[in-house]
Amino acid sequence: MTKFRHEAWALVRGLAFLSPWLTGFLVFTVVPVCLSLYYSFCDYSLLQPPLFKGLANYRMLWHDPVFRKVLGNTVVYGLLALPLGMLAALGVAMLLNSKIRGVSIYRTIVFLPSLVPAVASAMLWLWLFNSKLGLINTTLNALGVANPPGWLSDVRWAMPALVLMSFWGIGNSVVIYLAGLQDVPRELYEAAEIDGASSLRQVWHVTLPSISPVIFFNLIMGIIGTLQVFATPFIMTGGGPARSTYFFTMYLYDNAFTYLKMGYASAIAWIQLLMVLALTALAAWSSKRWVHYQGR
Amino acid sequence: MTSDTQHSETGLATTALQTKLAVAMLPIAGRGKKRSQAGNLLRHAALIAICALAILPFLWMLSTSLKSLDATLEFPPRWVPDPIQWHNYLDVFRHEKANFLLWARNTLVIAVLGVAGTTLSSALVAYGFAKLRFFGRGPLFALMLATMMLPFPVTMVSLFSLFRWLGDNSGMAWLGTFKPLWVPAWFGSAFNIFLLRQFFLTIPMELSEAARIDGCSEMGIFCRIILPLSRPALAVVALFAFMGIWNDFLGPLVYLQRPEQFTLALGLQNFQSKAGGTSWHLLMAASTLVVLPAILLFFLAQKTFIEGIATTGTKG
Repeated sequence: MTKFRHEAWALVRGLAFLSPWLTGFLVFTVVPVCLSLYYSFCDYSLLQPPLFKGLANYRMLWHDPVFRKVLGNTVVYGLLALPLGMLAALGVAMLLNSKIRGVSIYRTIVFLPSLVPAVASAMLWLWLFNSKLGLINTTLNALGVANPPGWLSDVRWAMPALVLMSFWGIGNSVVIYLAGLQDVPRELYEAAEIDGASSLRQVWHVTLPSISPVIFFNLIMGIIGTLQVFATPFIMTGGGPARSTYFFTMYLYDNAFTYLKMGYASAIAWIQLLMVLALTALAAWSSKRWVHYQGR
Repeated sequence: MTSDTQHSETGLATTALQTKLAVAMLPIAGRGKKRSQAGNLLRHAALIAICALAILPFLWMLSTSLKSLDATLEFPPRWVPDPIQWHNYLDVFRHEKANFLLWARNTLVIAVLGVAGTTLSSALVAYGFAKLRFFGRGPLFALMLATMMLPFPVTMVSLFSLFRWLGDNSGMAWLGTFKPLWVPAWFGSAFNIFLLRQFFLTIPMELSEAARIDGCSEMGIFCRIILPLSRPALAVVALFAFMGIWNDFLGPLVYLQRPEQFTLALGLQNFQSKAGGTSWHLLMAASTLVVLPAILLFFLAQKTFIEGIATTGTKG
């Protein structure tokens, strides 16, 4: 009995310390997630109370050409920006992981762009991409390119422009990879060297398996991040031209706060949640095949 | 969760690197292998090219911010402005379509309230997860980690209607005030709790045991032993919470309505859409003003990062 009372007291004390998070979790996570599930089955304009409509919103989404467009755009952006960005980040991290002079200066510089607030980097890149006066096109002109792309004002080039711009901010993942690379035990390289493995084979057989958990982590975060791309296209293109840079979260935002279709927006939000869950599960499952955790 | 207000598109990745950041920023040379001379030269060349790509946009921003309107229209463009027009920065402050001083003040108010809230509450919760044993602790911790995956846009709509409802029923307005941007921070944020818990775990249990024998309460142990020992980790949490608030765009966009309440990020975007047009020199001056504090803070706090992680590293 005393043991039970002791346990109960420990539980009360523990929950007391956890209470800020427990309260916040309930009010700012559980309630909103449940509410948005309910709203997603309703017609809800904020001005009137929600009106239950069953699966109507989801049915409309299924036939909504704009929703298909934003979904397609988001996938294309993700497929371009994510693998290329991860590859570039890994490459840069490997370069930064060598014992050369001034490496800490290089590291700092590579990281600097990640400190720039999304709004400010959007302003800067709007200016860089400016089709007449921007640094990029004036440089291309000087190099003899007669008709450089119109970038953000060109249907074909707006998406590639955003992808290019995303590489400027890879400093974040570079730092994560770098930390992973520094945890690779030296003995593994020494053993590989004794076995006569070339540098390239060492990368393939030692480096990549050793940092695979880090790659995996960056992959999940990258996927979730792609679904949330908002500020940059919102500010730079507003989704245009011709919806060529209209992304998932922008459509969600517009439905909620421009058209006041809160119910429809909630259905989009729930699809986003389900996609995040599914993608995370998929990444976790596939990781068993290629992620190696040390000492396991 | 919204509580750390880091829901820009890079938000999750940004928070996740927090522990690792300092490790990589440590000025120790990498543990990489020894290379040949020629290999090293190639490395330097590649790194210099990469660093140039990283830094040129900054220089271009700075250069444009000091140009006259005419000079921004010049072809080919010049890197060094002539004449250097310092008053662009004053013009930004005096501009009729902008109120950068007020926006900076707003951002700081939200940041101070948000940073204090998330640091204190996350520390309290982290203590519970790290130093107390009780039924259900493990599953609750797993649940908390899972919430890190939840994107802000998913709850954005219902949070908005929740704050509207609170405004109608609690007797004070929420929407159109700063409250939705800082109140949630006082309920801890998953990532910060995780970070602090990892740090608290490295503080020997013997210290707590000794204090307990001396009759110290859990709250006393938390305040007098754990918190003072965790200053570096608390500084890391505070620093990143500040950066998150400084960078946040979607949160202020959803919750703030009148220009007098805008944060710097929202104000800058508003300035661009209202007055931007072709005045690139002013826009770049304004952008520089928004970027500069973040970069200064990073350089000032590099030591904090390093100390924080070095302590974690040696104790872990």
